[in-house]
Amino acid sequence: MREFTLDDLKRILRASGGESDVTSLEGDIADIAFGDLGYDSLAVLELAGRVEDEYAVVVPDAAVQELPTPAAVVDFVNARLREAVSR
Amino acid sequence: MSPRRAVITGIGVMAPGGTGREAFWDLVTSGKTATRTISLFDPTGFRSRVAAECDFDAAALGLTPREIRRMDRAAQLAVVSAREAVSDSGLEPERLNPHRVGVALGSAVGCTMRLEQEYVVLSDHGRHWDVDHAYAVPHLYDYMVPSTLAREVAWACGAEGPVALISTGCTSGMDAVGHGARIIEEGAADVVVAGATDAPISPISVACFDAIKATSPNNDDPEHASRPFDLNRDGFVLGEGAAAFVLEPEDEARRRGAHIYAAITGYATRSNAFHMTGLKPDGREMAEAIGHALHEAQASAEDVHYINAHGSGTKQNDRHETAAFKRSLGDRAREIPVSSIKSMVGHSLGSIGAIELAACALVINRGVVPPTANLHTPDPECDLDYVPLTARECRVAGVLSVASGFGGFQSAMILQELGAVRG
Amino acid sequence: MRARSVVTGIGVVAPNGADLEDYWAATLSGRSGIAPMTRPAASSYPLRLAGEVPAFAAEDHVPGRIAVQTDRWTHLGLAASAMALADADADPAAFPEYDMAVVTASSSGGTEFGQREIQKLWSRGPRSVGAYQSIAWFYAASTGQTSIRYGMRGPCRVLATEQTGGIEALAEARRILRGGARLVLAGGTDASLCPYGIVAQFTNGQISRATVPEQAYLPFDRRADGYVPGEGGAMMVLEDLDEARRRGVTDVYGEIVGYGATFDPPPDSRRPPNLRRAIQVAFDDAGLTAGDIDVVFADAHGTPSADRLEAETLVSLFGERSVPVTAPKTMTGRLYAGGAALDVATALLSLRDQTIPPTVGIHRPAFASALDLVVDQARPATLRTALVVARGHGGFNAALIVRLILD
Repeated sequence: MREFTLDDLKRILRASGGESDVTSLEGDIADIAFGDLGYDSLAVLELAGRVEDEYAVVVPDAAVQELPTPAAVVDFVNARLREAVSR
Repeated sequence: MSPRRAVITGIGVMAPGGTGREAFWDLVTSGKTATRTISLFDPTGFRSRVAAECDFDAAALGLTPREIRRMDRAAQLAVVSAREAVSDSGLEPERLNPHRVGVALGSAVGCTMRLEQEYVVLSDHGRHWDVDHAYAVPHLYDYMVPSTLAREVAWACGAEGPVALISTGCTSGMDAVGHGARIIEEGAADVVVAGATDAPISPISVACFDAIKATSPNNDDPEHASRPFDLNRDGFVLGEGAAAFVLEPEDEARRRGAHIYAAITGYATRSNAFHMTGLKPDGREMAEAIGHALHEAQASAEDVHYINAHGSGTKQNDRHETAAFKRSLGDRAREIPVSSIKSMVGHSLGSIGAIELAACALVINRGVVPPTANLHTPDPECDLDYVPLTARECRVAGVLSVASGFGGFQSAMILQELGAVRG
Repeated sequence: MRARSVVTGIGVVAPNGADLEDYWAATLSGRSGIAPMTRPAASSYPLRLAGEVPAFAAEDHVPGRIAVQTDRWTHLGLAASAMALADADADPAAFPEYDMAVVTASSSGGTEFGQREIQKLWSRGPRSVGAYQSIAWFYAASTGQTSIRYGMRGPCRVLATEQTGGIEALAEARRILRGGARLVLAGGTDASLCPYGIVAQFTNGQISRATVPEQAYLPFDRRADGYVPGEGGAMMVLEDLDEARRRGVTDVYGEIVGYGATFDPPPDSRRPPNLRRAIQVAFDDAGLTAGDIDVVFADAHGTPSADRLEAETLVSLFGERSVPVTAPKTMTGRLYAGGAALDVATALLSLRDQTIPPTVGIHRPAFASALDLVVDQARPATLRTALVVARGHGGFNAALIVRLILD
């Protein structure tokens, strides 16, 4: 099964949201809220759209609001990918 | 009294739900809605498939085949409404000095529909980034520059004075009317055709709002999808249309015995400098705009008898402006009827601000306040009198209308019956 | 007392110079930025030349978070705005938030960004359209982003009148200062040199088909066959003269003293065009006459009929060869929303340095007996007042008069 890692998220986030001017994405950012990383709601929507596109998963509207941190997105996407395999 | 204060002497409207000003008035006072499943293109695969569309027959409304071929839908809507406004004003175009006639037209997205349609052809449905110029239509550049919309209205009305297109997103309509009023006050023109148009019901516009989840996904119940101030609202419903006014200086309008709908006594715009789409819940900058508009009108909260809300039906907007009304008008905000006609005619981006001002001028003239349709379950955080479901008769001498748009723009305008004007 | 609107800072991003002094040095020395187009691959287009801003990298001027959500047109605008504020030595944090405003001209919005998203939509479906399309493509993007960047909460605006937009923006800025604001950032930029933008521009029938830069954009020359499009523009800081002095400003570029705008009748009309009247309205607004004008920055369309109309208009107002006329835009191409703004900036620099920049490439002047066209080399002159003329596609005419503050 293809896995979605924190590094994958950072790569997509850099491309979709631009380099943060608040904090470096190099460190352990998994549990820092996107807002505190310098990314607003549009950046999170853009991230979700690109993840959907690249990993062929669907992120429901409500889920976008319920994914406040990089770790939450990684867990969510991997759960969807596992479902897709087991189906 | 300011002799060159701008007054409204003619109104034209092309809105969803009917053709012309009177059909528009009938719809927005009936509480019926013009929102439906999108028919202008096949919306399969889109998140939001609901819109308020105009049943618009350009040929039946007097546009020639050549004009229809040349003009984007937004231009067609604008020209038809401008002609209705001029006709309503009683001015005889052939007797006007074209040098003293101006145009101030608003539009948020210009000629998007034709731009997209042509792109689809030239790129072979998006297959080629390097689009093929050999298949381009002669008017493609006209569609690329939104100023073409103002040009079409200027040509239709014989305007050779100051002509401009104002494009401040969803405040464009109000800002264009405000701009037109300034041109009158400054004396650069004696007649200004002011208004706005947008025809955004095309795949790219629907998709761009899908992407930020701003529009209602209530596809199973399109007639009830636009639900401003209702607890169960889930986004705005895209609309289309145009409205135009004839503006003249008060002294000239009186001299020729024109029917005067209302005077534009106050207008202000402010920016929130916060976020391109986000709104802070305190409504601070909109309140600031309202305060300035009232100040310019030399009016107080007591002089406002009806508020035409932006009322888009997004969670953040409805709370934002409710806070702005309370902040700027104090306790008086609870006594004034507030309604959103977007519940019935949708949100036509830059054009709706002008369409709403048309409703406001007619409210003053006719003593009926349109309702907010689909408001069955009030949101406890939106706790003003939103005139749910049915229109209300009441004497209205002063109206506040507001607009709020992407880019952070917040605008407010005061229209007053001539007898109520101070200063 | 009514505000006197003066320009206290200028930011320029142009094909022949990506900041104010580089641009001005290039312009005075006749160095053109028109060159074979590099972006996009132009081989398949009838348009081979353009005025691209070669030295501009968004990451040098725009924060990464903002760069991804905006089009190049906005990048250029943000860069020019930052340079204008620095040039004016104005710190937005030191001004009351509601007393600052942003006014930009937009001619065609975020064309390249829009093309990319429309392409995604049609090739891959609605869900592939990104979250930024709704804020990057529309005409108000640059004003909104600039207002946010600097906390400018006053009355902001966007005017779309094609190539006259820069003048409209400055006139609106003057109106806003008269309404009580203290600082207005105003001007315009453009960047529509993507494939769809180029193809659309080509349909207006006014683009030069020349393939050699030196022969491409030759207004008032017998070889004129159209114009070359370019990108870039200028943003300016406008303040009330007294307020500016109060905060310690000593170097003021000049005052906006006159503005006029008119519109032409439809092409099939028998009525005359209205360019002359726009200039006359600006004279009346300024309380000046033709004799007060020391230099004219022409619209210089580069098509024979438009050049003739402008030459005849200038002669009718000024007489034959009685005022120097120039068109430094022969070194940048026409910049649409950025064009008139850059012309006004250039006129102000001209007043500052008492030098008229040249029109380049004119070897076979078509109106030598009518126009005193400043060609090839900059001309020193005693200058107090400059007239800038602009025309926009569809029939827009505008004129702006700027004047040195002498005292």
